Parts: sequence; structure tokens; C-alpha cells
Amino acid sequence: MYEGAVQDLIDELGRLPGVGPKSAQRIAFHLLAAEGHEVKRLVDALTEVKLRVRFCELCGNVAEAERCRVCLDPRRSDEVICVVEEPKDVVAVERTREFRGRYHVLGGAINPMENIGPDDLRIKELLTRLADGAVKEVILAMDPNVEGEATATYLARLIGPIGITVSRLASGLPVGGDLEYADEVTLGRAFEGRRVVGG
Amino acid sequence: MYVSHLSLLDFRSYTAVDVELEPGVNAFLGPNGQGKTNLVEAIGYVATLGSHRVSTDAPLIRAGASRAVVRTRVVRGDRASTIELEIAPGKANRGRINRGQPVRARDVLGILRTVLFAPEDLALVKGDPDGRRRFLDQLLVLMIPRVSGVLADYDRVLRQRSALLKSARGVRRSAGGRPSRPRLSTTSSTSLSPGLSTGSADSSAGAAGDQTGSELATLDVWDARLAELGAEILVLRLGLVEALRPAVAASYEQVSSGAGAAEISYKWSLPSEVPDGAALPSVGAVRDALLDAMRDVRQQELDRGLSLVGPHRDDLVLTLAGLPAKGYASHGESWSFALALRLASYRLLGGEVQAPAFWNPDLGTDAEPVLVLDDVFAELDTRRRERLAELVAPARQVLVTAAVPDDVPGALRGVRFHVEPGTVTRER
Repeated sequence: MYEGAVQDLIDELGRLPGVGPKSAQRIAFHLLAAEGHEVKRLVDALTEVKLRVRFCELCGNVAEAERCRVCLDPRRSDEVICVVEEPKDVVAVERTREFRGRYHVLGGAINPMENIGPDDLRIKELLTRLADGAVKEVILAMDPNVEGEATATYLARLIGPIGITVSRLASGLPVGGDLEYADEVTLGRAFEGRRVVGG
Repeated sequence: MYVSHLSLLDFRSYTAVDVELEPGVNAFLGPNGQGKTNLVEAIGYVATLGSHRVSTDAPLIRAGASRAVVRTRVVRGDRASTIELEIAPGKANRGRINRGQPVRARDVLGILRTVLFAPEDLALVKGDPDGRRRFLDQLLVLMIPRVSGVLADYDRVLRQRSALLKSARGVRRSAGGRPSRPRLSTTSSTSLSPGLSTGSADSSAGAAGDQTGSELATLDVWDARLAELGAEILVLRLGLVEALRPAVAASYEQVSSGAGAAEISYKWSLPSEVPDGAALPSVGAVRDALLDAMRDVRQQELDRGLSLVGPHRDDLVLTLAGLPAKGYASHGESWSFALALRLASYRLLGGEVQAPAFWNPDLGTDAEPVLVLDDVFAELDTRRRERLAELVAPARQVLVTAAVPDDVPGALRGVRFHVEPGTVTRER
């Protein structure tokens, strides 16, 4: 244990995701040794992000205005909405540079063990966006785990009856890998989701 | 297959030890507490990535060391592979095959297969159903590695569903709500679906009725997932029990010299009879039956906050001459039954038993698993000892541990090792 301010800093850093006690201590001492203006830059960045960045009122993505860059872009199609769990998933899909529709960020997945139900997610906002009939397809891009699947199934059951096409990302083999190195769970899934290509 | 070499580094009581093993019988002898079981535990770890004695990895590391290394050489047919596993608690264990690049520990599964007999096996007969369910599930994973993913998903869905049932019960009692998460959008809610219109904009202000409304909507989703995964597990277990049934009966007769017939059958949580014999139900049919059953007990589930239907409620029923083995069988009979279950799984994995339809055994050459008998003979009377010895003696490789050399029957002649703290010496 360190005295006062140093320990406070270590405690605060240790609360960050992915930072354990050892790393927290290392970062704290790095900051202590750093030049005043370097620390100031970090402090400014933290203050700025809390001041300027907020969440898009339409899709829930991170934004610096009322609406995010994607929602403001007139070149994007309003007919397709890709639903994801977190803002970082938007970045992941954007990296493909192929999706030209809009996004909707739920803010998590249904997870009863952590007390997160549908009312805690931005599902009502999604249904509101679907109300005007402009959207033709909803792509569900949840994480391929138990909670993501449950969320996707729940949404599919809600949206399906409205008459909008609902699709789900395929799960299967990574591209560029060798079949023999795929683990048996992934390969088993890929078998289940196989496609007919001839005959 | 057989293990031709075992070397341990900082594993349990061993700083460093190298043992050359032979096909056939290898017996590790020495007083209690010298480290005999540690040797076979290490071999079991390479086959299953788990210990039969402890559920965490920490006790496997020698006190004071930070990681343990187990290296084995497995000979199958005329091919030998070296498997190296580095066990480091708190980190991901890593493996290496034939001194290649490090791989995930999971990737070494399937190269070495073992069937272990241990004193703990008695709990299969005398203990609770979860031990018997684990026996079936572990065998399924050895047969089809993908099943480990299905079981893990089922377990996760089950815990989520039970959490939901518990919280739904809590909400109905207190009429309070969950703390609401900060909401960033103030979009007015235009309802599209009747199922959703019950949710209020601020969940903490929601009345109890509204809460349960949306809770129940997600319960349907968990029901569907539970039924889907549960049906897959059930059909596998039914097929496995069907394949094991004759082998268990035959093995019991051999171990106990024909005193009463041993039967195994599956007992499930569904109201209908368990289908027997050749007509295994389809996954779809079982899924629908699970969904129906859940619908029927929903009120009860909500009252008790428990999932009452599914493979987690089932049991493998063991009967002896028509009476349940648990409670009726004597100590010796219980032992015979436990041995029969292990022998039957050994025969199934080695291809001596008609494989269930879902399994492509692809045994290849020399597939017979390594048999490990850890401290078993001390538990058995002379007659059972002799019979077991006769049954396992012809196996490709048998590893035996015993504190008293005379406990090892004469039929199991082979290489003998003397185990003292930290060292293993071959007897000449």
C-alpha cells in the first residue's frame, strides 16, 4: 500500500478494464515520473472526451453532435440497419468498407445474470426507427455467444411479424486459415451452416 | 496406443523425473504419499486436460514453482508423437506437439486417450446423479470433441434462464424494478408490437405487471435455446446409454462372476416414457417435447425460481437384478458396477462395442485407450481383484498404482517401478 494520492491513483487505474493491480502500479509510477505537460495532455484528453463525446440520439453510436457521422451521411442507404451490441462493433463492421446502410447500437446483450433485460437495451428506439417503413432489412450482428444469440432470437421474434427481412451473420470458418487448424466447435458450426453450391 | 515416455517438471511432488514405460503392464509401487498417483494423474491430464483429483490446476504445480511441464511420448501403431503441456494457473495452458510451435492446450486432445479407474469411481454408484451425468458427458466429449461446446453453451443458457426465473420471482414479490441504466435517447416510444408496448420508458418506474411481461417475453427465447441444446444432449446421451447397455451387463457379469444382472437405463425429466431400444427419437421431437414440458411447469418454475426440465435434471439409473444399485447393492456389488461402467467405456472407445449411430469412431490402427488403475486393487476383494486383472491384462497398456505390491494380482506381471519421494526407479 502506498500513501494517499499515489494509492488513490493506483486504485482508480485498477478499476479500468484489462488493467490489473500490477499494471495499475506501473502506469501510476510512469505518470509520476512523466513531465507535467504530458500528464496535462492526458487529463485534457479525458476531460474533452467526457465533454464532447456523447451518444447518437438516433443509433446510439458514439458521436460528437446530436447525431453520429454514419447517421448524418446522406450517401448511406436507409433501407438496411445493422444492429450491434456495442459502438466498437460499429467500427469493426465499418472496417469491411462494404456495408452502406445504417447502424443501431443496443448497448449490450440480454444477460439475466447481470440483470440486463430488453428494457435496458435500446430496443424500443430500434422499433421506432422501423416504424416508418423505410427499412427493408435488419441485419443482426450480435456476438456469437449464448447472450448474443438470445438477443438476436428475441429481436427476430419482435421484428419478423412487422414484415421486415431479418438476417443474421453467418458463423463459421475464418478466412485465410487452414481447415485443419479450425477448432471442432467452429468447424461443427460451419458444417451446420453449410450452403448448397451446386446440383 | 501406449505411453512410452513420461517426464515431469515441477509437477506435484516432482522437481524433475523421467520414466520410460513399456507396452503391457506397468506397476508403480511404494508406500502411500510417495507420488504414485501423481504419475498417472499427469498422464490423465494430457488425455483430458483435467485431473481426476482436483478441479483446478493450482495444486498440480510443485509448491514454489510457477508452472509445471508434462511431456509424454505416445506410440500408436508405428508412429510416435511427443505431447508437451505447460500448466500455468491463471494463464492459458499451452501445448506443443512433436516439438513444433506452441498450440492451444485444447489442440492436443484426442492424441492420447485413457480410461481411468480410481477409488472415486465408487461414487458413480453410491453418489448423486450429477456424477453419473458427468460420466456420460465426459465420455461423449472423448468421442466427439465438439460436444464440449454444446455442454458449455447449455450450462450457460441454464444459468441465464435460472437467473431470469429468480429475478422474475423477485420482481413479482417486491413490485420494484431493476435500477435503470442511463438512457441517452429521449425518442418517444411509438409502439409497434403488443409484446413491447408493456415496457415503460423508464424501467425503474415500471409496475410489477409490466416487468414480468417483458421478463416472460425473454423467457421464451431462453426456453427455445435450452430446448435446442438440451435436445441435442439428450439424443446423444440416449444413444450412448443404448450402446453401453450390453457392454455394462457383460462387463458386470465378468467382474462379479454372474451374480445378478446389471442394467443401465436413462431417466429424464420429461413426462413421457424414455424411448427404448433401436427407436431413438429425433432432436426435433425431443426439442418439442422439452418445450411442451417447460410450458406445463412454467408456473412452478416461476414460483421456485428454478429450471425444472432438461438434461441437468436427469440420471443414469443403475439396477441390479431389478433393484436400484444405490441403496440396495452391497459394497462389493457397487464396486463391480463401477468397474463395469469403466470397462464398458474402455470397450466402447477401443471399438469392441457397436458404436452409436451418431458417432464415426474412425479408430484407425492401435486405437485402444491406455488403461489406468489408480489404487483400485486395495479396494477390491481377492476374487474381484483376480477377475479384473484377467480382464485388463491383455490390454495394450495398463498403468497400475498400489501401495502394497501383493495387492497387484499375479496376472498383471510386467514392469515394476519403485516410487520414492521425487524419484521413480525401475525394478530389475
